[in-house]
Amino acid sequence: MSPDNFVEISGLQFGYGRRSILKGLDLRVPRGQVVSIMGGSGCGKTTLLRLIGGALRPSQGSVVVDGESVGALGRDGLYRLRRKMGMLFQFGALFTDLSVFDNVAFPMRERTALPEPIVRDLVLMKLHAVGLRGAAKLMPAELSGGMARRVALARAVALDPELIMYDEPFTGLDPISLAVISNLIRTLNDALGATSIVVTHDVRESMKILDYCYLMAEGQIVAQGTPAEMLASDKPYARQFFRGEIDGAVPFHYPGADYRTELRLGNRDR
Amino acid sequence: MIDKGWLTVGGIGRWAIDTFLRLGFAARFLGLTLLNSGVCLRRPRLVVREVYFSGVLSLVIILVSGLFVGMVLGLQGYQTLKTYGSESALGVLVALSLLRELGPVITALLFASRAGSAVTAEIGLMKATEQLRAMEMMAVDPIARVVAPRFWAGVISTPLLTAMFTAMGIYGGYLVGVVLLGVDEGSFWSQMQNSVDFREDVVNGLLKSLAFGFAISWIAVFEGYDAPPTAEGVSGATTRTVVTSALTILFLDYILTSLMFRGL
Amino acid sequence: MERSSLDVWVGIFVVGGMVALLILALKVGNAGDLLRAGPTYTLTASFENIGGLKPKAPVRSAGVVVGRVVTIDYDPETFNAVVTLSIAKRFDRFPKDTFASIYTSGLLGEQYVGLAPGGDEKVLANGDRISKTQKAVVLEDLIGQFMTSRAGEPAAK
Repeated sequence: MSPDNFVEISGLQFGYGRRSILKGLDLRVPRGQVVSIMGGSGCGKTTLLRLIGGALRPSQGSVVVDGESVGALGRDGLYRLRRKMGMLFQFGALFTDLSVFDNVAFPMRERTALPEPIVRDLVLMKLHAVGLRGAAKLMPAELSGGMARRVALARAVALDPELIMYDEPFTGLDPISLAVISNLIRTLNDALGATSIVVTHDVRESMKILDYCYLMAEGQIVAQGTPAEMLASDKPYARQFFRGEIDGAVPFHYPGADYRTELRLGNRDR
Repeated sequence: MIDKGWLTVGGIGRWAIDTFLRLGFAARFLGLTLLNSGVCLRRPRLVVREVYFSGVLSLVIILVSGLFVGMVLGLQGYQTLKTYGSESALGVLVALSLLRELGPVITALLFASRAGSAVTAEIGLMKATEQLRAMEMMAVDPIARVVAPRFWAGVISTPLLTAMFTAMGIYGGYLVGVVLLGVDEGSFWSQMQNSVDFREDVVNGLLKSLAFGFAISWIAVFEGYDAPPTAEGVSGATTRTVVTSALTILFLDYILTSLMFRGL
Repeated sequence: MERSSLDVWVGIFVVGGMVALLILALKVGNAGDLLRAGPTYTLTASFENIGGLKPKAPVRSAGVVVGRVVTIDYDPETFNAVVTLSIAKRFDRFPKDTFASIYTSGLLGEQYVGLAPGGDEKVLANGDRISKTQKAVVLEDLIGQFMTSRAGEPAAK
């Protein structure tokens, strides 16, 4: 494996029970880059993130993060590795019983022995970076969707992770929040010198901040390249995905019996 | 594709397998919770917080119920004892019924529906909104940080609530029997003190409530942790906590009673 | 602010539970006796019949509780019940010829051991045996005696 890659996945297979989700997936995330994994709903993107985070173990193939094979680590090794990771969940996953301040302070208080005054300053710095220092005393229920996402982002980078993972960061946001979040993803990545993986199906917003892009379909990578290459791609699925066409490689109709036969057109009993 | 219903050989078999799977997971989960309980000793504040939500917030319903149960006991006991001319034994009747049975059982039932269901709903919602998963990604074990404090808070709160329920109930019986119906105060207390044995009645009652608290807490945290991460899943788990707890309490009560009061 | 008020409530809750426990132990139960008991000494007494006497039953003298029944055993040689009594150290001047009987408080009440002091100069010490005892009055025997005595009386008066 090349030391330039923070995450390296090869031949990855995974399934829940008999249903196989990932079927031989290869992927590389170079250090310092913002890489996105795109694909339609339910193609296994979130599962892939959970495999990188070690919440799931691959049934075949390997996931190597910063030189360590995630699937082979025990509980302690996994927890040590996770200290290098931060993750932003789809709807933020803020702790609803803690204030904004305590949410951001949570990883510091749980994972470090920093004295309280330093925790306080660090939390305010993180909140300042996402523009919500003034909201420190609010409870998560009092935040808008975009603000909650920003607080969750501050919490994800609380311990200055080397790898930041985003699970659908653009879902359900208004255009302003959308621009704020995508801008933050880029600036935080560069400011922290981190590596970012963005799982999304939002083409327009993510293309502005990406370095490299993987397109997934049915548990495999079907296309990859820089944003410009992807938009110009003439692979059928890539074309349909990036242009938002209704019919194409992915048919509009779910597979079923022949329409005419099912309606019994032409040969009705009566 | 048509659902065959579960009243078939295959359906019953699947139901049995599911039940054993769940029981096995519940047992493993309890083991994990106990193993990860060290946090509660190192950071007692986590438990204190949960004792507030489980115990302190159940206080009003427990005290009021205790008072009324005791008053009813006083009234009913008086009517029955009067026919034998032994109203003076009212204190004994009220105290023994409360200490041995009604105190532990009713407190546990109330606690399961007031605090147990809340714990299940809270943990279930934390799971549904990915808070538990987020914690895991921050390298914080949700069983140690979320489950264990709630479990121990329940185990601590139940005997304390039971003691308060029982004391309140005896006071309620005193209120009705002595103040209202005119049973002699001296014989009310002295007969009670002569018949109630500290180890046999008071300690056994508390042991019962400890066992109930353990069972309720286990069921509540497990149902929450095991709940499907959807709105229906969480509401179903909350209902199951109350139903399973109630059945378990009554079943355990029979077992414990037959073990403890065998010689009587 | 909010945190410390939570702590106060939990503190009140725990203290309340402890107080309730203390009430149950001392005012409702008999733990107070155990605490107040102080040093004791033991005496034994054999009875022909103890009726319904149970361990922990009170031992009274002149109506005052001076101790408790500790154990009840059966002597296979004499066919008597052997009762061990635990008496408070303060009452250690019971004469050797003290009389122990089993009484019932009220018609259906609990049974207790009554001690009636005699006039001996020597006193009972720890481990001594009370030799003069009277068996419990068993209700069935009493009714039987009553019936036979009635049968013996002349029918018409």
